[in-house]
Amino acid sequence: MTAISDREKLAYMAAQAADARLNVELETEGMTLNLGPQHPATHGTLRIVAKLDGEQVVSCEPLCGYMHRGYEKLTEVRSYPQVTTLVNRIDWLGSFANEVPFILAAEKLMGIEAPPRAQWIRTILFELSRIANISLFLGDLGLQLGAQTMGFYAFRDREYVLNQIESATGGRFHPNFDRIGGLKDDLPKGWIDETRRAVGKLRDFCDETDDLMMGNEIFQARTRGIGVIPADVGLAYGLTGANIRGSGVDWDLRRDNCPPGLVYDKIDWKVWTHPDGDSFARTWVRLQEVREAISIVEKLLDSIPSGPIMAKVPRIIKVPEGEAYVATENPLGEMGYYIVSKGDLVPFRVKIRSASFNNVSIVPWVARGAYVPDLITILASLYFILGDIDR
Amino acid sequence: MIPLLAAFAPPYWLATVIKVLIVAVIVPTAALILGILFLFKVMSWMQSRMGPQEAGPRGLLQLLADGVKFLQKEDIIPDKADRFVFKAAPVVVLMSTFLIFVVVPASRNLVVENLDPGIFYALAVASLSVIGVLMAGWASANKYSLIGGLRAAGQLIAYELPMVLAVVGVVIQAGTLSLTGIVFAQNSQGILGWGGLGLPFILTQFVGFAVFIAATQAELTQPPFDMPVAESEIVSGYQVEYSGFRFLIFFLAEFATAFAFAAVAATLFLGGYAIPWIDAGSDWYYLLGPVVLLTKILLVSFLIFWIRFTYPRFREDQLQTFAWKVLIPIALLNIVVTAVLKVVL
Repeated sequence: MTAISDREKLAYMAAQAADARLNVELETEGMTLNLGPQHPATHGTLRIVAKLDGEQVVSCEPLCGYMHRGYEKLTEVRSYPQVTTLVNRIDWLGSFANEVPFILAAEKLMGIEAPPRAQWIRTILFELSRIANISLFLGDLGLQLGAQTMGFYAFRDREYVLNQIESATGGRFHPNFDRIGGLKDDLPKGWIDETRRAVGKLRDFCDETDDLMMGNEIFQARTRGIGVIPADVGLAYGLTGANIRGSGVDWDLRRDNCPPGLVYDKIDWKVWTHPDGDSFARTWVRLQEVREAISIVEKLLDSIPSGPIMAKVPRIIKVPEGEAYVATENPLGEMGYYIVSKGDLVPFRVKIRSASFNNVSIVPWVARGAYVPDLITILASLYFILGDIDR
Repeated sequence: MIPLLAAFAPPYWLATVIKVLIVAVIVPTAALILGILFLFKVMSWMQSRMGPQEAGPRGLLQLLADGVKFLQKEDIIPDKADRFVFKAAPVVVLMSTFLIFVVVPASRNLVVENLDPGIFYALAVASLSVIGVLMAGWASANKYSLIGGLRAAGQLIAYELPMVLAVVGVVIQAGTLSLTGIVFAQNSQGILGWGGLGLPFILTQFVGFAVFIAATQAELTQPPFDMPVAESEIVSGYQVEYSGFRFLIFFLAEFATAFAFAAVAATLFLGGYAIPWIDAGSDWYYLLGPVVLLTKILLVSFLIFWIRFTYPRFREDQLQTFAWKVLIPIALLNIVVTAVLKVVL
């Protein structure tokens, strides 16, 4: 732990120095650099206004809202089954994971529980979307750091998982497969064996990433000690998911607060944490998470029960009056839906809590005193999806 | 035919015209070869994807199609740009590439100008490109360009020194600065008295070769030293405001310079145009020399591009640390060891 506190001290000193030096030493003027809204590092339309001293960031401010699509308002004029089509598009890389908490919240309000087989398949698809999402993160981090090959490997191997999601749900990117009380369909024939093979290939991808990226000296030099987030600061900013586990907080909603409807409590698996809290730690935790997700999928495939895929649900879904909040551990962190129902066909109000907004909120704190290249590293390692920030 | 070639002694004006034509042909051709072979084919093979397939047989004409595309595009000059400097910058960059080719020999007489301080000249003109880059960065009136240009200036200056020092070892061993002389030295010296293979200097100067390749990567602004053009940070740096044929010139210069440096490295460390068993002064090299040299250039280029496609990017300060604290001491040590051994053996 001493090494970390040293790094913290250094980062703090760098920030102080940047403040003090501006306009004093050489009477240089600061420069305002506008990253985005169309900048490759923001993978979308985030805009970051950074005040620079040379190449050092004195202060920076992320401005979001360029992709606001008004989902919370739109849900108020959609019936419950229609909402999943919308929320698929929030975190577009792990779409299926967006549907689950909404459906679970609706089920909670209606007092319905999906049959075991549906719960199992739901969890498998949830983990597959996590693999698809985070493997792309690993490739993207490589791209941001200049290792182009990682990006292509990620796109190549992620396709195996997307193929499985497509063959099960019909939608490669936006499955729209989860229903209140179960799933739309049962699995196609031979899907279980194919999925075993597919996740096996992803395990090879993880090893490859470990060799090509994590073990690379330049990668380590670029990420170790960069963007250190202490656990208390991370918690104060509401970081979730791998970002906070990378700061050493052992907290995972799948294990700590597994909502009924998902079966993480039925199998053994491990939550990975890393004490350092820097960009490397966050990346490492995510890599381990992909591996863990692969083994979760394999274990669930072994123990998948038979039975119906849909519980008894009325034809026209009216959710009884009440309020419910269900959050799950999505690829990016905690994602939750707070549903207020007045007993109508449509929700009265839906509040969507998504992880990326908090992931971006901490950027001004963590980027102070960083160099511009490190700002890119920090942004990439905090990992946000633009649709997930703005909704 | 060989004696005919050897006896060919044109008047001065004709020789000059031929030389200018040759260099004018070599530079774009070299860029094309490297672009097609490495940027498209080897890169897509390493990244396990298809690469271009449609234009021409196996997509080999893709780069020509791209070139035509660039020529058709509008030539945009930003309002606040310094117009003259903005226009001149790509030419300066490409010119420094042209000048390197002047001294690289493809056989004893198949060289544009066999300068006595050949390698000194090559390294000197190679560093001219930094002026063009700085001009482009400044004249574009763009913050990203400016950062990119300044990064390039800092980086290229830092990497001149290790490159020169790496070459000094070779020069000590060969006893001459002339590139032709260095080829002759590698061809005629032997390994501990055994002359079967000649002595490609990579065997004795492997440290120098490693430093030279590292410095070359930095000089070419390629990963892991591509901070001046880092797309994910400063969106192509000094090139960001260039479009159309001006961008094409930068693009050509990048690959032609890679070719030129590979040629210099092949000449310095791999025996240049000569192969063992045939004396470097032989007339056979009128035909054989260019082929041998091209093969060796492609080998070195493969190494350069392999590194390019594999490694992530350094940060600017890490690069300076690497240059001043690692490469330069190693290169200096290499010089000392080479000099001592040269005297002792």
